[in-house]
Amino acid sequence: MGKLFAAIVAAIALVSAGVFVARIWWLPPDISTLGPAIDRQIVETMVATGVLFVLAQLALAWFVWGTGDEKNRRPIKRFPGGATPLVVIACTIVGIEIITLTLIGSKVWARIFLEPAPPEALHVDVQAGQFAFYFRYAGADGKFGTPHPDKIDEGSGNFFGLDPASDTAARDDIVSAELVVPVNRPVLLTLHAKDVSHSFFVPQLRLQQDFVPGLDIPLHFTATQVAKTEIVCTQLCGLGHYNMKTYLEVKSQADFDQWLKDQAAQQ
Amino acid sequence: MTTISTPHEAAVHHHAPPDSFIRKYVFSLDHKVIGKQYLGLALVAVCTGMVLSWYMRLHLGFPDAKAPGLGLITPEQYLQLMTMHGTIMVFFVLTTAPFAGFGNYVLPIQVGAEDMAFPRFNMMSFWVTFVAFAILVASFFVPEGPALSGWTAYAPLSAVGKDAGPGQGLGQTLWAFSILFFCIGQLLGSLNFIATTLDLRTKGMSLARLPYCTWAWFITSVIGLIAFSVLMPACVLLILDRVAGTSFFIPAGLVVSDRLQNHGGGSPLLWQHLFWFFGHPEVYIAILPGFGIISTILPVFARKPLLGPNVFLACMVAIGFLSYTVWGHHMFLSGMSPTSATIFSVPTLIITIPAAIVTLLWIGTVYGARLRFTTACLFCLGFISVFVTGGLSGFFLAQPSIDTYLHATYFVVGHFHFVMGVAAMFGIFAGTYYWFPKMFGRMMDERLGKIHFILTLIGVYAIFMPMHYLGMAGNIRRYSSFPADYMGVDLPVHRWITIAALLTGAVQLIFLYNLIRSRFAGEAAPDNPWQATSLEWSTTSPPPFDNFGGRHLVVAHGPNDYGVAGPDGRDYIMQAE
Repeated sequence: MGKLFAAIVAAIALVSAGVFVARIWWLPPDISTLGPAIDRQIVETMVATGVLFVLAQLALAWFVWGTGDEKNRRPIKRFPGGATPLVVIACTIVGIEIITLTLIGSKVWARIFLEPAPPEALHVDVQAGQFAFYFRYAGADGKFGTPHPDKIDEGSGNFFGLDPASDTAARDDIVSAELVVPVNRPVLLTLHAKDVSHSFFVPQLRLQQDFVPGLDIPLHFTATQVAKTEIVCTQLCGLGHYNMKTYLEVKSQADFDQWLKDQAAQQ
Repeated sequence: MTTISTPHEAAVHHHAPPDSFIRKYVFSLDHKVIGKQYLGLALVAVCTGMVLSWYMRLHLGFPDAKAPGLGLITPEQYLQLMTMHGTIMVFFVLTTAPFAGFGNYVLPIQVGAEDMAFPRFNMMSFWVTFVAFAILVASFFVPEGPALSGWTAYAPLSAVGKDAGPGQGLGQTLWAFSILFFCIGQLLGSLNFIATTLDLRTKGMSLARLPYCTWAWFITSVIGLIAFSVLMPACVLLILDRVAGTSFFIPAGLVVSDRLQNHGGGSPLLWQHLFWFFGHPEVYIAILPGFGIISTILPVFARKPLLGPNVFLACMVAIGFLSYTVWGHHMFLSGMSPTSATIFSVPTLIITIPAAIVTLLWIGTVYGARLRFTTACLFCLGFISVFVTGGLSGFFLAQPSIDTYLHATYFVVGHFHFVMGVAAMFGIFAGTYYWFPKMFGRMMDERLGKIHFILTLIGVYAIFMPMHYLGMAGNIRRYSSFPADYMGVDLPVHRWITIAALLTGAVQLIFLYNLIRSRFAGEAAPDNPWQATSLEWSTTSPPPFDNFGGRHLVVAHGPNDYGVAGPDGRDYIMQAE
């Protein structure tokens, strides 16, 4: 029985690790300036934990295989050196991993969330509601109109609750159901929710952030390739959660300018 | 031979044997009956939770298939199945069975007491928990069905009421009441465990001589006392938001279903902080009893002492303490301060050190052992394997910069099922196969047990390891289906997981059959079938009402005396000899 257990555990460990090594299911292509650093962090963690995973499982399998069973009357052996070497090993290996990963990881995290967006960033106001995203661009005046929750009326297309009659800044705001941005230009999003919590996740940007009702949350990124990819909600928001998605379209600056112009004409 | 002496005053706790059916089997004050009641409740709960997961998996793997009794599963039904699965499993199985169930039955005997310190509180603890479960089950039958906002019940979805859609009416209110009652039950239980461990130990049973599972239940009780004390008022506030018009978790200006909500001043993040201040320690409430059970059982079948017992105990205490410093890692992307995320990341990574040490101690205990491959032993070995797997994937999620990608993906689902669900379940299985002879006076069928173990081990890896692959590919959890988008290509993996889950679920019928058959037709169990040292093996199987038949044991040894020159040529020394 011990040998069967050992064989199964060893096989599971090797197959499980092998699938990761083969990258049969892996990260989608990255299209952001932050992606390479996050991907590197993931790969380094994968290597570190993968080695520990395989070693620990194989050690368990090896020891169980070697014990035989109680019919084997060879003397019981104590672990060489007792618990001390294991404590030292655990503290050293895990400690080094913690220090390394924390140092590397906190730099990446800081680039995403602690550093402010560059001043030249394109500012897009994002509102999430059950079960759609809406994106607002400031228009020619470069100013956003003030949203009024009591004026939100999806039936008439006033998703942000704007009051163009008395708010001049709101008159040229451009609202889109898809996020369109220029390539290689920083983009600053301000996330807010109109009803319950939602989340903004673009796998190809390696970027995820919750919308929290009552809060305006900044999030910035720079897309590095012209592409069209999905934005999905990852915070359970009700029955239509699975279907709350839209697209991020990264265009050249010229195409983006034209798109913005066309949108302004249609508003 | 067993030493009998004058009773240690503190260990005596008299109450008369029951003389009616109701007092003996229903409203019993006997910790052993209450332990069995908890385990029975957990068994009903785990069967319910597992069936719910089958429906979920059926829908995810085969979206066009009609589910028995439900037909084509709708998105709201899927979320309701998911919410109830998570709630039932976390609260009524993973907390109830390894902590309240085995703890109630075994802890008083292991410390040499006749019963718990507060038997009436103990009875109340179970029946309040039972009412909590009944309330949760009742929510299946209310209009619009049970809650659908997940076992974490994030506000404001869970707080604003019917406007937020199906499942947000009475079902969600009942969910909050259920958890409120559950907290009360566990607080009463935790107080009892702490008082019993500290005050009712028999003569000679110093803290250093407590068996490791009793230590684990004691530490878990302390964790539970603090954790449930926070969740309980959080549930009260949620209920008030829902039914009394307060706004603890609801900010101003929300427009839900085209209606401006008459709330203001609340914070959705307050709920998350309160919930996770309970929620992360809850992970350890579920798994630390497993640590204790494995560390108690493994030496019995390795026929050698646990390696580094003092280090093990120190690690459990460290994990218990650190468990209160890491809750923010569930909230890296919640909108809380990004600086906080960095701070929460550090203890989250540090807690892996004691966890890694404990794992190495178990592996070091296996080294050079002469293992007796009983089913209980195999589940201990399986526990080590799945705990390693689940623990290591936690390294990814402890790093905020990686969480920006993996958060809310199936990677998380695979991680917590391994480390919290499967590992805890393996601890429960190990405990069941180990203590069944003591509880019922009959042995379980070892051949069926081994088949159950091997198939379950393969099954859980077939289910939960592919979830890590899905997560790496960006597949999102809590989606009722994956239409033609970037996740649509993952359908074959979901199909594989579904088939594995249904087959592994079917394998559990072997366990159920073994349990029922052995209860009535199992081979008669001797008092100490496993040649173990702790006090429960110094009494009859099953023990008498007062546990030791009027004897008052004096403890002269620790619980770890295996592989030694014992009396009568034995390789172990019992604690009370």
